[in-house]
Amino acid sequence: MDILEKLAVLSDAAKYDVACTSSGVDRNGQSGKIGSAAACGICHSFAADGRCISLLKVLMSNCCVYDCKYCVNRVSADTPRTSFTPDELADLTIQFYRRNYIEGLFLSSGVLKNPDYTMERMIEVIRLLREKYNFNGYVHVKTIPGADPSLVDRMGLLADRMSVNIELPTEASLLRLAPQKSPKAVIDPMSRISSRIRENSSERSAFRHAPKFAPAGQSTQMIVGASPDSDLKILRLSQGLYRTYSLKRVFFSAYTPVVEDKNLPSLLTAPPLLREHRLYQADWLMRFYGFSAEEIVSPKHPNLSLIVDPKCSWALRNMDRFPVEINKASYETLLRVPGIGVTGARRIIQARRAGTLDFDGLRKLGIVLKRARFFITCRGKCDEGVVIHPDVITRSLLSKRELEMLPAIRGGQIRFEDVPGISAITGGHRPEKLYISAQTTIGEEDEQRNEFGICV
Amino acid sequence: MNSETNLVYVYDGTIEGFLCCVYESFVRRRVPSVISCARGQTMFFEETEWIATDIAHSDKVYASLAEKICPEAQDFIRLSFLTQRADKEILMYRFICIGYRVGRKVLDMLTDDTVGTLIKAVRNLQREAHLLMGFVRFTIYDGVMVSCISPQNSVLPLLSDHFSDRYPEESFLIYDKTHQMAVVHKPEGTLLTSMREIALPPIEDSEKAYRTLWQCFYQTIAIEARENPKCRLTHMPRRFWHNMTEFDLCTDQTPVSTEVTGEVPDAVREFE
Repeated sequence: MDILEKLAVLSDAAKYDVACTSSGVDRNGQSGKIGSAAACGICHSFAADGRCISLLKVLMSNCCVYDCKYCVNRVSADTPRTSFTPDELADLTIQFYRRNYIEGLFLSSGVLKNPDYTMERMIEVIRLLREKYNFNGYVHVKTIPGADPSLVDRMGLLADRMSVNIELPTEASLLRLAPQKSPKAVIDPMSRISSRIRENSSERSAFRHAPKFAPAGQSTQMIVGASPDSDLKILRLSQGLYRTYSLKRVFFSAYTPVVEDKNLPSLLTAPPLLREHRLYQADWLMRFYGFSAEEIVSPKHPNLSLIVDPKCSWALRNMDRFPVEINKASYETLLRVPGIGVTGARRIIQARRAGTLDFDGLRKLGIVLKRARFFITCRGKCDEGVVIHPDVITRSLLSKRELEMLPAIRGGQIRFEDVPGISAITGGHRPEKLYISAQTTIGEEDEQRNEFGICV
Repeated sequence: MNSETNLVYVYDGTIEGFLCCVYESFVRRRVPSVISCARGQTMFFEETEWIATDIAHSDKVYASLAEKICPEAQDFIRLSFLTQRADKEILMYRFICIGYRVGRKVLDMLTDDTVGTLIKAVRNLQREAHLLMGFVRFTIYDGVMVSCISPQNSVLPLLSDHFSDRYPEESFLIYDKTHQMAVVHKPEGTLLTSMREIALPPIEDSEKAYRTLWQCFYQTIAIEARENPKCRLTHMPRRFWHNMTEFDLCTDQTPVSTEVTGEVPDAVREFE
């Protein structure tokens, strides 16, 4: 196979890996070398599916001795097999990098012969890049479960980010769908990487020139929708991973059916993209907004609402915490207001130093008030025309797309009880007045509510 | 100072020239309503004054930004000058006036019309520069990396720092068609220069091979079941596409000039 065919096969086989981020490490260029890394990461292109292309994402080889049921590269799949030689791949990476097509390399692999052999081949690629080509750009590498710990150590000294795919959110699902991978084979390298990163930071405080071990940290990925696991399980696991192993990211990958199997959703099932999106929203809430998994999902409502985003759901369940006064609220409190994000909250804090804010001022800051206006006051006053009625708020919080989804509830596709944010306020507990509003008349909007089927 | 609604300052289009306008205004206690580098567009009822550039004056004003406002104000003014806003000079002038009055707080006045507008313009500039750090595509001609871009803001100074740091040992040229400027980098140094047009030789075969490889990767990496053209456009607006190798509409083989010389670009030669 020539290099073009190899690239086609080995990038096609790698495309289901989600992570393509090049963030987490800030490294200036160095004379005699090629490359640098920006802390925020740089997207070099966007594919037709809207996903960012930052790294050359390929497999070292798509040959695999495992037979994980959900995977395109499983040994039983009938697909052309090939491998890059370390030289080919290192050269391709450098040539793409010089042309500014990419920010670096994202290298993963099927298990060729055995985990150790595969890891050695992968290490050789990165070693060539770093030592022969003086490559100073970003490298993200996937460790192979079951490989010798000393290989993990060697890899960590060459790569910026390492990851071990946890694949599925529960042991039971892993056993069913990836019988040759044990949870231990996944957790062991993860825990080793995290303790090596910790040791490395103390080494580096003692010896400034000590080599860096995976300076951009480690991440993982799990498949969503291939197993019946709930969002509660997924988010609790993510939270545990962030806390225990200081992971930088947990990625979710909506399962795209690749094979017919009695343990898997049928080939006709569309990937659960909206669920994946909600999980990412929840993940963001945990990483940047100070939420815990338990605030987002509970054993009573183990799945995220597809209709209302997780932050709105939380706000609707906790209306007693609102409204917050924009001119006094802390950064942490502002972050909990639906419609105000990290950027918005920072701008509010900054602008407050120069004077008090009113609703017009907020608009000038670029804060979108569509959602936020129901949860805030400026100088003690609500926004003009704000109607504080649970149904009106709920409806106003929904985007056009979310509103369009609502008739589906009546059709029985989404059970009403599955929509936490909404059921909490329209169910048994239904506060008359959530807080004093500037205007209490319920206008035409209220008339329409039955059309949308929100109110029972 | 009294506001004079029809005083127009005309300067040479450099940031030093602009700073001299600020100097003149404060020395003569006059307030311009327009500051422009375009000559010969004045209306008969306007009083136009040509402001000559004097480095001593501009240095004084530039230093005063750090002293009377804050050191960040210097960076902010330099960035503001690169933005695409047609009225940036008068906004910058007014920003400086407010800054002299209130000090470093001016940078927090996000809800003020002048300050807010300028901050938004700078944000727009920085966003475009950040996108281009990813979207710039180099074509290699005889070892020299060449790229053409058509940005809305004058992003070249920002890109120059980024790429000089990234490719210290390479020779590259980035040509900005919109502003007819280029940055030329060689291991010995970097030069920002104006350039009316650029003539490029035909693409070499090895180059074509890497382009094909990249196009193949770009096509393959997308998951069909997740196709989302709207999302792609949001992140990568179409105005960038025609300079990008992954699309067939990429035309940078023959940018601006139709002349094909088979030579390395002149500016690179001159720089040698």
